[in-house]
Amino acid sequence: MKPYHISIDGQAVPYQPGQTLMEAATAAGVYIPHLCHNPEFKPHGSCKLCTVKVNGRSASACTLPAGEGQEVQNNTPELNATRRAITRMLFVEGNHICPGCEKTGNCQLQAVGYFVGMLDTHYPHFFPTRRVDASHPDVMLDLDRCILCELCVRASRDVDGKNVFGLAGRGLQTRLVVNSASGLLKDTAFSVGDKAAQVCPVGAILVKRKGYEVPIGERVFDHHNIGEVSLEHDQAVLGADHG
Amino acid sequence: MANKLKVATTSLAGCFGCHMSLLDIDERLLDLCEVAEFDRSPLTDIKHCSETVDIGLIEGGLCNAENVHTLREFRKHCRILVGVGACALNGGIPALRNHIPLQECLEEAYLHGVGVEDAQVPNDPELPLLLSKVHPIHEVVKVDYFLPGCPPSADVFWKFLTDVAAGKEPELPYELVHYD
Repeated sequence: MKPYHISIDGQAVPYQPGQTLMEAATAAGVYIPHLCHNPEFKPHGSCKLCTVKVNGRSASACTLPAGEGQEVQNNTPELNATRRAITRMLFVEGNHICPGCEKTGNCQLQAVGYFVGMLDTHYPHFFPTRRVDASHPDVMLDLDRCILCELCVRASRDVDGKNVFGLAGRGLQTRLVVNSASGLLKDTAFSVGDKAAQVCPVGAILVKRKGYEVPIGERVFDHHNIGEVSLEHDQAVLGADHG
Repeated sequence: MANKLKVATTSLAGCFGCHMSLLDIDERLLDLCEVAEFDRSPLTDIKHCSETVDIGLIEGGLCNAENVHTLREFRKHCRILVGVGACALNGGIPALRNHIPLQECLEEAYLHGVGVEDAQVPNDPELPLLLSKVHPIHEVVKVDYFLPGCPPSADVFWKFLTDVAAGKEPELPYELVHYD
């Protein structure tokens, strides 16, 4: 059978028909920055960090199927500048005060900031005042840090079968909501062992009494950039799928 | 060296931790003083910036009217204005008060606080009024560089200042960039 190939930054990358650009790139060890994508779940296409140029046109690598003859640009100064702008937008839209966040050092948004060379936030800050939900005995929600990736929504619906989370509102008012009459997490079937409690890439869903357990220097991104960490995780998931 | 770099520093809504981190360059301070001299700074007795300052290091965000005044003085006189630390960059921990109306903050501290006697919110005109929210400095003046970190490590200051002193475009290697 003739092997299928796309080209990413001039490098020939094989793919299986049906694979997305992201899946083909990951399998080949090429990191494409992403936040809402996690190969354990269906693609979402909201964060736009994985925007690449395919034959000159912008596309999300997590949702676009790989196809013969695609010339993909990924690691270019222009695309990385766009990713830096997107990361800044995510930072100013919430209250990402890393020095006081339990997720610091283990946070994918922060690590992407480091990866794309974000040294400042550039835009005016929104300083939203969203509610903290600490009603649940084991897990708390700080919605000021939520980036609306819907990984918890997907995990709770598709893996846990509990449908605890959803997005409500439109435009800038879009927010994560909890599916209970009171709107509080304590009034759902949510449990700390749920997949949805583990997938948040930022500090929006935090397991209580676990903060600052890992010493500085031993946190996920202290010595490894998100490209390395992400490829290792995503390749393991893809390998398990095909294995 | 005939013309030393003039470096001014200030702390706005800061904790002085960034200044302490600058001092953490330890004996390298002596090397720094070979090529640079301090202008207006908490480390000197100079009250206002000289007409022309090469580098202004700003720690802290903006929480009151005097902060804004000081920041504008620095921008006016500094060739290169540098936001130092998380507070200058995005307001930092002090910006957590942006959740709470200013009036409530003042009343909690000065009227209803534990052990408060003769309760009143200070209102002497000598005191700068608080801004209703804490802001990062780039929302008020143009900032040329930011050194992130809470605080940035001594090596960040050292790398930045030695790059500028050498006439190079300052650049931080990956390991020196952190927001916490």
